[in-house]
This record gives sequence, C-alpha cells and structure tokens, in this order.
Amino acid sequence: MVETALNIEEIRKEFPILHQQVNGKPLVYFDNAATSQKPQSVIDALTHYYNTDNANIHRGIHTLAERSTTAFENTRKAVAKFLNSREVEEIIFTKGTTEGINLVAATFGRKFIKDGDEIIISALEHHSNIVPWQILCEENGCTLKVIPVNDKGELLMDEYDKLLSDKTKLVSVNYISNALGTINPVKEIIDKAHKVGAKVLIDAAQAAPHATLDVQALDCDFLAFSAHKVYGPTGVGALYGKRDLLEAMPPYQGGGEMIKDVSFSGTTYNDIPYKFEAGTPNIGEVIALKAALDFVNELGLENIAAYEHELLEYANELLADVDGFIPVGTADNKASVISFLIEGVHPFDLGQILDAKGIAVRTGHHCAQPLMERFQIEGTVRASFSVYNTKEEIKYFVEALKAAIKMFK
Amino acid sequence: MATINAIQESIIEDFGMLDGDMEMTIGYIMELGAKLPDFPEEYRNDDNIVKGCQSKVWLFAKLEDGKVEYVADSNTAITKGLVSLLTTILSGQTPDDILNADLFFKERIGMNRFIGTQRSNGFGAMIKQMQLYALALKSKIEA
Repeated sequence: MVETALNIEEIRKEFPILHQQVNGKPLVYFDNAATSQKPQSVIDALTHYYNTDNANIHRGIHTLAERSTTAFENTRKAVAKFLNSREVEEIIFTKGTTEGINLVAATFGRKFIKDGDEIIISALEHHSNIVPWQILCEENGCTLKVIPVNDKGELLMDEYDKLLSDKTKLVSVNYISNALGTINPVKEIIDKAHKVGAKVLIDAAQAAPHATLDVQALDCDFLAFSAHKVYGPTGVGALYGKRDLLEAMPPYQGGGEMIKDVSFSGTTYNDIPYKFEAGTPNIGEVIALKAALDFVNELGLENIAAYEHELLEYANELLADVDGFIPVGTADNKASVISFLIEGVHPFDLGQILDAKGIAVRTGHHCAQPLMERFQIEGTVRASFSVYNTKEEIKYFVEALKAAIKMFK
Repeated sequence: MATINAIQESIIEDFGMLDGDMEMTIGYIMELGAKLPDFPEEYRNDDNIVKGCQSKVWLFAKLEDGKVEYVADSNTAITKGLVSLLTTILSGQTPDDILNADLFFKERIGMNRFIGTQRSNGFGAMIKQMQLYALALKSKIEA
C-alpha cells in the first residue's frame, strides 16, 4: 500500500468540528458524500466577509462594495481555474448543483429541446438529475431515456450506444454516483454524445472533492458542482457552460444583475455570466468558496484522491470480515464511498446505533430511489470518506459495526 | 390493569436507570421490540401501515370487553421497540382514557434526543394512529 503524501494529522487540525464528542464518543464523520466539513480558512473567510467587507456587489461605488465585488469575482476566477474553463465568463454562480441542472433544463432545455427529442440520463442519477428533465419532458413532450447499470453498479455502455440517436439532444450524467461511488466513463459518454450532435451536462457534485475536473479536456458542454461538498459553504455552487451555448440560452430568472436596460417597452439582458445571476447572490459564501478551492489546491486533488482510495481499500479489507456484510455497488472504478447492507438488519437501525457510538453515516435511499429500485432495496448504509478521515476511524467504525450486529443476533 | 399514568411512571423509572446512555437506551428500546407479541399476519396489509413513518409500521386495534387491544409490528428493530412502548402504555385501556391521555413520558425520558427528528415524527404518527383507532372504536361502542 502506498503511503500518503499528505499529513493527515495536520489536515485534521484545520477542521475544528472534528474535535468534539458526539454521544460521549469522539466524532467519526463518514457522511462526506452528503456534505464535507469546513476548514478554518473557509470559516475565517466567511467571518472576515461579514466582519469587514459586507456590501452588495457590482453596483456600489463605495469601498466595501468594491472589496466584496473584487473578492466575489476572484472566486469566479478561482472556479474557472479549478475547472480549467477557457474563459471566466463561462462560470455562473448558483445555489448548488441542483440549481445548475435546473438552470440548464429551464433555459437550454426549453429553448432547444422540443417535442419528439430525447434526453438521456443514467440509472445512477440522484433526484436532482432526474426530476428537472421529467418536468421538461412533461412541458415539451420530449422523452427521457435511461442508461441501465449492471449488478456492480456500472453503466452499461453498450446500452448507452443503443439509446443514442439523432433525436438525442442532451445527455446528463453524474461523474461519480453519490449512492454507490461509481466513477463513470464521462469522457467516453461525452464523445459519443457529441457524435450524434447532443450536448452533455456533467453533474460533478460528487466529483469536485475527489477528481480533477478539466472542462476543456472533457469537452463537456455544461458542468455543475456544489461548494459544500468540496469543503466550502452551503447554498453556493457553480455551473460551467460553453460561451456559445450560454449566449444562445435565454435568461433563467429576471431581476437584478441579469439586466442591462429595463423599460416598460422591453428589456435588454446583461452579458454572460451576469445574465444568469439574478438577484443578490450568496456573496459571503461565494467568497469563502475560494478559500475552499485554495485548500484543495494546496493539498492537490490527486493526493486527496490517492489517500481516499487508500482509505477505501482499507475499509473494504476490514469490512470483508464483517458477518452478513453485503456491499451495494462494487464498480471497478470507485470513489471513497461504501454503500452496504447487513443481512437481517435494517439500515436505519444500524445508522442509529452507529450514531450512538459517535459515527455519522447516511442511511436510506440517498435521493436515488430509482437506483434503489434497480437493486430491489429500500436503501443502504453509506460510509463516505474524506481527506481528513483516518484508518483508525475506519477500524473503530468496523468494530462498532460488529458490536452493533451482535445487538441484533 | 394499571392506569396509563402509572405505566408511564414505571417506564420513566426504567429509562432513568439507563442514565441517558444513548447506546444502552437504544439497546433497551430494541429489547422491548423483541418482546412484542407476534403480529397476526391477516393484519399485515397496506391499510394498517402507519402513514408518516420512514420505517414500515403495521398497527391494528380491536375492542375486547370495552378495552382497546393494539397489535403492532415494524420492519426495523428500533421502531418496533418504539411501537412496543406505546402498546404497553395504551393497550388494555378504554377508548376514552386513550383519547384523554397525556403522554408525558416522551418529554420525561427525553425521547427526541434518543430517536432524532425523523423518528420523532414517525413516533407522533404512531400515537395519532392509535388515537384514531380509539376514536373509531369509541364510536362503535356508542353505536
């Protein structure tokens, strides 16, 4: 096993929340796929903004407005760099991945996808990448097609090939599955979609904290992610879109920054990205997102991914020894997510007992009910690891799991 | 049959012995569930599923000598324990006593702390369903 290039104990010191007891036990936080914890630098950036710079952006001429506008736009530059977008203007701030997907559905979808057209998603999607397309299909008369998965939770690429046709106008898939951790072959998905003239949206909510994202190398048309899964604040995310597409798309919401001129006879819309940023955004949180990206860049996503993979392998090794352990989703290419069941024990019960032992895991359908249906289960227990987790925590988790199982025998 | 309040006091005493330890309390709740009598299979249908619970809870009630007898089951061990607590308190009581009951034990044992918000909502749904059964059975007596 490769030793990590990262000093995990030092990294842990940067996360104040980790150093507490929950139910009388040291906290073990394994619910990172839902949201990650925040380093002190992110918390400080938020506090600094509200203590020192709080002002609305883009319109004010006073010093605070200038400071907050500059910091806000600096985050845009940082996101552009993080995603390697060609231009800063291709980055739109949103509330998160869900809003990014909804924005594309409501603008690109309404304008360019018509009755008889088809949209392809995958069986691995969470509800945020299913429902916006269902709404669009109801409104526009287009059809939603789904790439199925095999028993390991991997996309059946042969089936994808069969679904693609000149009717396909958009393919929207996640890079990494939140429920199973499967890493999808997105480059292949994008290239194949482009061959039939379809555009591709990548849901990178789970990928942003674990994989290097390069929108130019991927050649995706849209990509959405959330700040809160990548050590940043909640309520903020970014949508990347290719310039020509963003310019051709109608606005999303009306008001505030998205206008150039308004009169009762008509309105001229602002240029991208402002055309899609109506109203006062989550300014402080956007600013703090830069601190989160700085944190990630400093560690290096490749180092983070390598260490998390080490944790995943260690956990798999220990869990193989647990009585009645049933992994759900065993893709060859996986992020640090272990979804599982224990024979004869309900996931909710396990989650609650683990919580009593100070361990935070997610239980349930993980907002991916169609996927649970595919595996004919109600839900799973999901342990998802982050860079600040340790092998000691995994060992404690597996011991706690074994003790919990004994309570049911 | 002890009164609803007397049973609640006894439950509060039992929980007091667990000294607020989360793990021991959950273990105790699960033990209560394991003691629940077998659920009659003829009642295991969608009509008898309590709405509002994340876990599946089956609940049925009938009158015996003017008293309400509840039977219950769940697909999760902790929820089974929770519904068992409720049947212990409310089974064998008259519909009026059930409808007028003040279930103070929940606050006194700090139930919300042990079961969290989602399960607390489900717990509330179970109580509501038990009261609805009591109301329906009261109407039956009066008719």
